[in-house]
Amino acid sequence: MLILECPCCGVKAEETELSPGGEAHLKRFGPGSSDEEFEAYMFARKNPKGVHFERWRHAYGCGKWFLAARCTATLEVFGTYPAQTSEPPADIVAKIKAKRPDWKGYK
Amino acid sequence: MSTRLARGGRLIDRGAAQEFTFNGKRMKGFKGDTLAAALLANDQMLVGRSFKYHRPRGIVASGAEEPNALVNMGEGGRFEPNQRTTTTELFDGLTATSQNHWPSLEFDVGVVNNYAARFLPAGFYYKTFIHPRAAWKHLFEPIVRQSAGLGKVPKDRDADRYEQAYAFCDVLVAGGGVAGLQAALVAGRAGARVILLEQAPHWGGRAPVDGVEIDGKPAEAFVEAALAELSAMENVTLRTRCMAFGVYDHGYVLAEERVADHTPGDGRPKKRLWRIRAGRIVSATGAIERPLSFAGNDIPGVMLASAVRDYVVNWAVSPGDRTVVVTNNDDAYRTAIALKEAGLDVPAVIDARPNVTGDLPAKARALGIRIETGSAIVKVKGSKRVTGVAIGLQAGEGAAREEIACDAVAMSGGWSPVVHLWSHCGGKLVWDEAAAHFRPDAARPPITHDGSAMVIAAGAANGALPAGECLADADRAGAEAAQALGMKPKKAKAPEAAAPAEARMEPVWIMPQGAGPALRMKMWLDYQNDVKVSDVQLAAREGYTSVEHTKRYTTLGMATDQGKLSNINGLAVLADSLNAEIPQVGTTTFRPPYTPVTIGALAGESRGDIFQPLRRTPMHAWHEAQGAYFEPVGLWRRPYCYPRAGETHEQAVHREVTNTRERLGLLDASTLGKIIVKGPDAGRFLDMLYTNVMSSLPVGKCRYGLMCNEQGFLSDDGVVARIDEDTWLCHTTSGGADRIHAWMEDWLQCEWWDWKVYTANVTEQYAQVAVVGPNARKLLEKLGGMDVSREALPFMQWADGELGGFRCRVYRISFSGELSYEIAVPASEGMAFWKALNDAGAEFGAMPYGTECLHVMRAEKGFIMIGDETDGTVTPLDLCLDWAVSKKKADFLGKRGMQRTYLANPERWKLVGLETLDGSVIPDGAYAVAPGVNGNGQRNTEGRVTSTYYSPTLKRGIAMGLVRRGPERMGETVEFPKVGGGSVKARIVSPVFYDKDGEKQNV
Ligand SMILES: [Zn+2]
Repeated sequence: MLILECPCCGVKAEETELSPGGEAHLKRFGPGSSDEEFEAYMFARKNPKGVHFERWRHAYGCGKWFLAARCTATLEVFGTYPAQTSEPPADIVAKIKAKRPDWKGYK
Repeated sequence: MSTRLARGGRLIDRGAAQEFTFNGKRMKGFKGDTLAAALLANDQMLVGRSFKYHRPRGIVASGAEEPNALVNMGEGGRFEPNQRTTTTELFDGLTATSQNHWPSLEFDVGVVNNYAARFLPAGFYYKTFIHPRAAWKHLFEPIVRQSAGLGKVPKDRDADRYEQAYAFCDVLVAGGGVAGLQAALVAGRAGARVILLEQAPHWGGRAPVDGVEIDGKPAEAFVEAALAELSAMENVTLRTRCMAFGVYDHGYVLAEERVADHTPGDGRPKKRLWRIRAGRIVSATGAIERPLSFAGNDIPGVMLASAVRDYVVNWAVSPGDRTVVVTNNDDAYRTAIALKEAGLDVPAVIDARPNVTGDLPAKARALGIRIETGSAIVKVKGSKRVTGVAIGLQAGEGAAREEIACDAVAMSGGWSPVVHLWSHCGGKLVWDEAAAHFRPDAARPPITHDGSAMVIAAGAANGALPAGECLADADRAGAEAAQALGMKPKKAKAPEAAAPAEARMEPVWIMPQGAGPALRMKMWLDYQNDVKVSDVQLAAREGYTSVEHTKRYTTLGMATDQGKLSNINGLAVLADSLNAEIPQVGTTTFRPPYTPVTIGALAGESRGDIFQPLRRTPMHAWHEAQGAYFEPVGLWRRPYCYPRAGETHEQAVHREVTNTRERLGLLDASTLGKIIVKGPDAGRFLDMLYTNVMSSLPVGKCRYGLMCNEQGFLSDDGVVARIDEDTWLCHTTSGGADRIHAWMEDWLQCEWWDWKVYTANVTEQYAQVAVVGPNARKLLEKLGGMDVSREALPFMQWADGELGGFRCRVYRISFSGELSYEIAVPASEGMAFWKALNDAGAEFGAMPYGTECLHVMRAEKGFIMIGDETDGTVTPLDLCLDWAVSKKKADFLGKRGMQRTYLANPERWKLVGLETLDGSVIPDGAYAVAPGVNGNGQRNTEGRVTSTYYSPTLKRGIAMGLVRRGPERMGETVEFPKVGGGSVKARIVSPVFYDKDGEKQNV
């Protein structure tokens, strides 16, 4: 059972308090987008063994969504940050690069 | 025979005799006995039958690793199968029976499988599943069904209760042997909050049995002093009978405490599940001795050498009068010495090593014990009990040079550290060549949230087997755990343990080394699942190279003991067969739980009435008092109908429909989801959420709306009311409020976070009542207050006001097609309001109605129901709801999804009404068949029923369904086969069966 610190209320929340929301930093494609763009938005998801950016909601706490950077293989958490963030914050990226030199970046 | 010794027994209280029964036979033991010890004291070595061949099975071990001695415990509501006698504490009045035999333990018919052993080789199940089919059905299955399985499933409801507890600590120490005690001392002295768990009812582990001396005193003195010091520390919690059985993410540990297993019926919970969050976990779980693979090593009387020693020293039980010890290491000599010192006969120690030089063998020699070096047990004699052993050269092929009479064999193939807790979360192992075992690789530990090591292995569990190394290692582990959490361990000298020097062990995987097929077929690896050396070798010959595949193919290690004794021997045999090194073959995955955990403990208090939370409307008690028949809707319970005396549910529903259509019905609609959406951007937001336009809805009016997911499939529907300039109230389905509220929040927080919108789920703030039927207005006018006339409050409008003194909000909306008011009042006033409506409504024929009546009436009107007409693959266009999907809006959730080409395919199944030709009701879920068959030879289909009811209004069966090109095929007939044969023919019609022009609701 993971523990993730909710960046909104500061609680170190246990997994039972959280609901998962899949991959973070997806770009929404609406009307006018190509089939390929829409397919990628709707269905194509990263499934790395390693660094991953995810959406979580502090569902049984403050109710806020937030984002987490963690390693899917070791469950190491590199950081959590507000959902209102378009790409991973620089400090978290730097931390990941220091710990995982072969990491190719979040895109 | 096995018997109780006249003296000794460090764990038993000879003053406290305990009576128990085994298979109905009365037996006696002492307080402090395990059931296994007490059985042996009563010369009951034979305790069960093996899984496949029904071979006689005796007690092998003295702890959690026991594969054989599983029994049914207790009776009635306290019956429990598969209880390990080696960890079951004896108590007065205990009843146990053996399992997996028929008709009796002594004479078992299933043993015929034993003679058919060559027909039941590795992969038996897989092979017979494939071919021949007839043989499986008529020959194998009946036999396997009769003979397979261990304990019986309990028939009665569990009479016991179970509880769960949460705990938090800095350092959790699993294992209360000397290593665990020392690690806990070091961490505790450093100020860490420590929890120390021990699976047994007593502390100290093996050290006291093995005669270890610590700082010049017997191990018991160290244990006592350590416990005294730990008990005095406020930051340390000690628990015995508590097994840490699983390590999970980020320091989460589950442990099962056997609270009242040994005191059944005393009112305490039987078990307590501990859910512990620890900063660091010290795994001081010790090591388990390995059997040796020689022919007949499964015959009752063949035991682990350490277990024999445990029975003698701990419980003063001698497993045999004459015990042959067979070993590849020095440690087993402790058993020979212990037996000799207890006055028992040890005819010989059979040592596979050519040179035997250590201190312990020297002591054995001095005691006059004969030692046969470079030797092997070629074969064990006996069937239900060992009668002797034939011995020969370990380097040979199995020629026997001598037979030695004995009634017990104590075997030791070396020790394997218990690495389970280390491995559960991904800790890696390293193969220790010298000790021939896997031990934790400190360089590759399981890690926790910050990337640091989560588990620290200590003592024997870390491969530090000799007592001296073990204590030093535990001291280091305790300090490491405290340091990792920022605490400073006190500088103190680690206690020093003295033990005789041990010479190197030599791995022996098969005994003798060159044994032929006949012997290998009698060498058991997995006693419970009947897997032999020959089975693993056969699997290797058949191409199995992965240890995980071999495990599943042969079922090695898949029994309730999870291969605690068999895994390493099995994979060594596999490696040998593959000409590979053991570390290359690797181990199977260690998964929690370490030992079986009672489901009751995992469920805890969550059973019966409190299995899950129950949501009640403010009027729930009234419905109950009225004898309503409830159905679950999400976590709500809603009245399905209100049956009167002598009425079936069906009759009640028909009465409720007719009464509502003709007079007046009252529905508790409080469960309807109610979400306030407010703010300057609320209209814009709702336009994205709903398929139609909500921003243009005038204040005071209501509009029906649909919500889709991004794929364009329907997800919810409901009526939206515009409350004021920047406030909307969205009704959702009864089960959908939480989900839709979360959906709204997701988009507001994660996509359009700059939009100024606030949402609140106010579902439970209001009680809501639907007042439905031709007399609805009369009732409200009688209550008096606000103007509810057609002119003042037309259809699809709402108004705030007062009725009968209740503050209320009245919506003119209808889900039944009748004149209908849905009235919301504060939840606290719901019951009073409901009663007032029922009382005042009596003269107008008011009756409460339930959800089934609601369903029938909406189906008569052709209104869709989310979850009936939709299943996550249905678009609004499939349901002919084009009118509710905006063509003007540039964007809304699901718009792009709906534009996918296949959703525009004219062949899609679309919503129609279905009218049966004979007036009967189409079975729920029925499919309409089309000519021809598909690629699988199944009948083609062209539609399915989504809602089907008997309509009391039309006095016939009506249905809604999705049919290929349905709306274009009005008047055509489609056919629905029934499960029991035959079919129902139905005509495709409009889904609106009743009041097609909507005149009734608009009066
Ligand atoms: Zn929070």
